[in-house]
Amino acid sequence: MFGLNKKDASLLLIVAGLVAFAPFLLNPFPEGSAMAQFNAGYPDLMQRFVIFGIFAIGFNILFGLTGYLSFGHAAFLGVGSYAAVWMFKLLSMNVLPAIVLAVITAGAFALIIGYVSLRRSGIYFSILTLAFAQMSFALAYSVLTPITGGETGLQLALDDPRILESASASEGNIPVPGLFGLEMRDSFEMVMGSWVFTFNFGYYFCAVIMLIAFYLSIRIFRSPFGMMLRAIKSNQQRLNYTGVNPRPYTLAAFVISGMYAGLAGGLMASMDPLAGAERMFWTASGEVVLMTILGGVGTLIGPVLGAGMIKYMENIISKINSDILHGWFAFLPDGLEDLVVTMIYPFIGKGWHLTLGIVFMLVVIFLPGGLVEGGQKLANLFGRKKADNPKSASTEPAE
Amino acid sequence: MGILEVKDVNKRFGGLQALGKVNLSVAENSCHAIIGPNGAGKSTLLNCLVGKLIPDTGSVMFDGQSVLGRTPFEINQMGISRVFQTPEIFGDLTVMENMLIPCFARRDGSFALHGIRSVISEAELRDQAESMLEEVNMIDKRDMHSASMSRGDKRRLEMAMCLVQNPKLLLLDEPTAGMARADTNNTIDLLKEIKEKRNITIAIIEHDMHVVFSLAERITVLAQGTPLVEDTPENIKGHPKVKEAYLGEAA
Repeated sequence: MFGLNKKDASLLLIVAGLVAFAPFLLNPFPEGSAMAQFNAGYPDLMQRFVIFGIFAIGFNILFGLTGYLSFGHAAFLGVGSYAAVWMFKLLSMNVLPAIVLAVITAGAFALIIGYVSLRRSGIYFSILTLAFAQMSFALAYSVLTPITGGETGLQLALDDPRILESASASEGNIPVPGLFGLEMRDSFEMVMGSWVFTFNFGYYFCAVIMLIAFYLSIRIFRSPFGMMLRAIKSNQQRLNYTGVNPRPYTLAAFVISGMYAGLAGGLMASMDPLAGAERMFWTASGEVVLMTILGGVGTLIGPVLGAGMIKYMENIISKINSDILHGWFAFLPDGLEDLVVTMIYPFIGKGWHLTLGIVFMLVVIFLPGGLVEGGQKLANLFGRKKADNPKSASTEPAE
Repeated sequence: MGILEVKDVNKRFGGLQALGKVNLSVAENSCHAIIGPNGAGKSTLLNCLVGKLIPDTGSVMFDGQSVLGRTPFEINQMGISRVFQTPEIFGDLTVMENMLIPCFARRDGSFALHGIRSVISEAELRDQAESMLEEVNMIDKRDMHSASMSRGDKRRLEMAMCLVQNPKLLLLDEPTAGMARADTNNTIDLLKEIKEKRNITIAIIEHDMHVVFSLAERITVLAQGTPLVEDTPENIKGHPKVKEAYLGEAA
């Protein structure tokens, strides 16, 4: 199907199913119950899941296949966001031109940065990309304020030209991004008993684009180009003496993954039309590295899982406060309750990074293949009876 | 006029004259061995042929064209394939994938962006790779992870990867180094078979005299960066200068 073999096609279908039913799957707890704060099925967070999923899928094409660790990919995300917001300001509130320009601009940036950075490999390549990203951040933050909005970020204004929009209103509300009349923030709520499920147009738009991005990444993984990229990771010397020039291959992979990052940036701006320099900061570049490693480097589905995991922890664990903890442990005697809460407190709220750090360490030490390897081990554990099919399709690594 | 002509090549590393006035002519469709004691400059010479090193002076002509200043992948595209002293293969890839990469390199040149079509759909190249694997008796290992194979198999795979490109010149850098006698004999048989079946020129650097004398048609002896003698194996065996410089009592 779609030029994929059976295993890849079923993986794509599973992901499509999960994405389509995410509003249900991520909202397993009834509204108002004590567990409701673990629900992740609200539009803002679901959009972030798929957008960062795209970012990580693209990053994995570079890092997972060629082994070149870029530490500056957030620069392309930021560039994509700025490009998209400028399209909203100048052209129209339709998201399509914004996303197209975001991808093209990020691709052009990646071509320049990649051309220079790929003259080195290993740690020197990582440092070069980091330097470029920090330079971009500094430029966006101060020097290029007329283009980027500097510290306050780039925002829409009522008197933006928007030349394709007939009613360039100078009064009323700032228009919102949409797709041919459908607004990205449009939502439909479905109430079933004490459950509330939200279906958001912006989320489904991002989800469709993520599925396309995921499909393309499978095709790249299975193509001669993908095989060459893996050969670069495996033995560049042999490749050189086999008549292949590794440089244009790595550059192409770098540009493609930069375009994925630009796409993610453009989608972020389409969901919430503002762009700030902090999107290019080096911690944002580090985050996508963590997502990819956490999920499983070089696997198809891993980066998406890693992105989901990190965004979930960022949004859910950081919302837990000491009052909620006291509520949970109210059944314990007073002294013990305080002790338990004090022990857990550093790991919640603003301390979610601590939890993430521990999870990351555990995964890297015990599951070097990331969550995908964990899934595989589980599948092997439970699926031993099915001797003919020991690996579950959803956790099949790329190699 | 041979297919490979090395003229007056000099190479210095600081104070060390690694190669001094090396002249070498490898005739087409012959098997030419280069021997010499450790430090004679054999590997330096080889590296000058494949673009890893650039000689200070002199010329290296392959098939009427100069190879100097070209990168290793360009020289490979001219028709020189190289087997390394320790097998260099793509350890993370399967045996079949290892075979496909040289096939792609031959068909598509040094770069081609085939990002969407599937490797599975490349039936012609797969056939080519498979028949080469059959030729070296490795077809049963086609889906194996190549890093997990024995050293002898890795060497055979590397040889097959070079041969599937149909090179005009095959360079072998101590192809039997560290091999057991039986494996060495297998390699000799394989090379003889290859030599008979196709029009190929082989240049071989080797320590093992058994290998050299069973394969080579001509032998060049290098000592301290300079060619001492060049002759047929029979004459080399008895040559007093060679005995003195290299073979010692073993001859």
